[in-house]
Amino acid sequence: MDLQTTWFLLWGLLWAIFFITDGFDFGVGTLLPFLGKTDSDRRMMLNSVGPLWDGNEVWLITAGGVTFAAFPTVYAVMFSSLYSALMLILFALILRGVSFEFRSKVESPLWRKIWDGCNFLGSAIPALLFGVAFANIFKGIPIDGNGVYQGNLFTLLNPYGLLGGLLFLLMFVQHGALWLGIKTGNGLQEKARRTVFRVWPALVVTAVAFLAASWYSTSLYDNYLKHPSLFIVILLTVAALFAVPVFLKKSAWFFSWLASAGFIAGATFFGIIGLYPNLFPSSIDPAYSLTAFNASSSPLTLTIMLVVVVIFIPIVIGYQVWAYRMFSYRMTLDDLDYEEAY
Amino acid sequence: MDVVLLSRLQFAAATMFHFLFVPLTLGLSILVAWMETRYVKTRDTSYLQMTRFWGKIFLINFALGIVTGITLEFQFGTNWSRYSAYMGDIFGSLLAIEATAAFFLESTLIGVWVFGWKKLSAKAHATVMWLIAFASSLSAIWILTANAWMQHPVGYTIRDGRAELTDFAAVIFQKFAILEFFHTVSGAYILSAFFVMGISAWYLLKDRHTALFTQSFRLALVFGFIFSIFIIVEGDLHAVDLAEKQPTKLAAMESHWDTQTHAPLYLFTWPDPETETNAIEIGKIPGLLSFLTFRDTAAEVRGLKDFPKDERPPVLLTSLAFKGMIGLSMYFALMTGIGLVLRNKLQKHPWYLKLMFFSIPLPYIANQLGWIVAEVGRQPWIVYGLLKTSDAVSPVASSQVLTTLIAFILVYGLLGAVGLYLIVQHVKKGPSEAAA
Repeated sequence: MDLQTTWFLLWGLLWAIFFITDGFDFGVGTLLPFLGKTDSDRRMMLNSVGPLWDGNEVWLITAGGVTFAAFPTVYAVMFSSLYSALMLILFALILRGVSFEFRSKVESPLWRKIWDGCNFLGSAIPALLFGVAFANIFKGIPIDGNGVYQGNLFTLLNPYGLLGGLLFLLMFVQHGALWLGIKTGNGLQEKARRTVFRVWPALVVTAVAFLAASWYSTSLYDNYLKHPSLFIVILLTVAALFAVPVFLKKSAWFFSWLASAGFIAGATFFGIIGLYPNLFPSSIDPAYSLTAFNASSSPLTLTIMLVVVVIFIPIVIGYQVWAYRMFSYRMTLDDLDYEEAY
Repeated sequence: MDVVLLSRLQFAAATMFHFLFVPLTLGLSILVAWMETRYVKTRDTSYLQMTRFWGKIFLINFALGIVTGITLEFQFGTNWSRYSAYMGDIFGSLLAIEATAAFFLESTLIGVWVFGWKKLSAKAHATVMWLIAFASSLSAIWILTANAWMQHPVGYTIRDGRAELTDFAAVIFQKFAILEFFHTVSGAYILSAFFVMGISAWYLLKDRHTALFTQSFRLALVFGFIFSIFIIVEGDLHAVDLAEKQPTKLAAMESHWDTQTHAPLYLFTWPDPETETNAIEIGKIPGLLSFLTFRDTAAEVRGLKDFPKDERPPVLLTSLAFKGMIGLSMYFALMTGIGLVLRNKLQKHPWYLKLMFFSIPLPYIANQLGWIVAEVGRQPWIVYGLLKTSDAVSPVASSQVLTTLIAFILVYGLLGAVGLYLIVQHVKKGPSEAAA
């Protein structure tokens, strides 16, 4: 495999890991006002992701950083084209980040309500907008030959883009509810179970609709038709989605969560495979599209970065797994009873 | 207003705000790790109490540093896309390495430290804080190497209309980067030391928890003194290197207009770019500028008039920021020097404690001034000698930049106020009883 293709796949992989890891944080935050009816329930929810969300968010920084390093032109055009959408995501992430640290430091219901609201918005908005952004990338973005965006924020809010947003939101809500099921007991866990069973059918319908709409709105299927064996990715993705309730009925929360993670990875790679070799296709003229080949860094930079990634990403995954194992235990109220807890 | 100016203001606001938190993270992580290690070694719970008291301030500060740091990575793409496309081959890879090699470690371990008190042995828990301190300094190395490359680009060639990497080792081992790293972290350590000393001084003046805060004060004092002296020596080397690599910045720092041998140094100047002279010149020391920059009182130092007007940085701001930074660094060395003399009878000298309490903001100002010298002094270039700032902005509407600039000011202003409020509340409340 050539360097550019390797990097293209790594690029997709980093986004997939970001969606899997920070995805459940977004899901828990989105569910906060719906499942967290008492202060201790809300604290339980926030603390269920408390030790991990920060490390999870770095996958976004890395996905962005790798786009910058390996495909600088894509980074430049993508970030300036999606200016307003990315700024909204940025402000949302800023508010979410501080809300964890701030909310329990003052014992005032209003204070806590404000920061819980920030956590909700800071989770739901990125969940939705990442979906909108990626669906639009699948569809093609109106960029001209100089990489200048010929549209505005509302150009992105087309039906296919919004369907992508809904897909991501539901996907993360299910993922977050499953994480809550792993981390909490009794009341909250029961609510989490009901949430999954309620969200799952909607997610199936949305996913099917998205697959169908992609046929009409995008050229993602071209690669699949050229190499029909790739359809296995779609089949596995659907299988993962159907495994979620099967495991959950046996109360195998962790396996159900893993299946949900598999679905998220599959949904990401469904698009990534379809896009190849495009990273940022132009809807104005395919000749303006940014691809893994016309937008990449020099071979030297790609090689150095490959060495860095091959050494460090396994190390990162190693210590993150260690941290996950440390903090995947089922919490009790005692876990909220110390100074630094959120 | 045009996109260039708005984007510059936005980047300045975002980086300067970010850099209110970064220095304290860099320094306080080391001090907290040291306190926790003392606890592990001695099992004296007052060290644990100390660790948790300062640790909590560390965490509030850290959260603000993290969320404002993400902004910068976004902004290179959103607001400086032409820069990113042109420089990404080199600059992007340094940022990506920072994320994978350092930022991941820092962010993953912070959660482990906060939530791992009962999950880890005391020794392992202290080690986690050392690793956080290590990772944050490692992160600084990569970020400052990237910045150093904007100050003095090396190891590249221009191909297909962009800068491409040719020599990675030249980029990461260049002298400018090494000097910039030591300069920045020393400044950060001084800030952290003054922060700890200032708050400790307040407790000592109030006669609360005196044992704990005498210890904190003395620990920070030693740390602060070492780096206050170090930064003066290091800063001198930095300036010598600068004279060779960025002559316009050096000339602007000293508001030095005419190329001359035996160049004097002025303690204070007020430059007037219109007439290309200094309206005010105070404290002339003959030959000192030549000596400081080239180690020879007779050496020729190039003046601003040697460079075309459109390649000179804003002289007034650069020179005032520089003189302010120098003055403050002398003050830090003096105050920590006095502190060493008084260290065993701190409470007998309330004037000193008061002065130290009111000195908390000064290193913050010095750090910001340093960045003004570095970044404003580099103008009109975004990459010195290679790409002008005006050619680097994104093709976006000025209304977009203006809207987000206002949003940044509002949101950051609010977050800064909340963070300050929480730290003040925490300090007023004081350390809680230690429970191991």
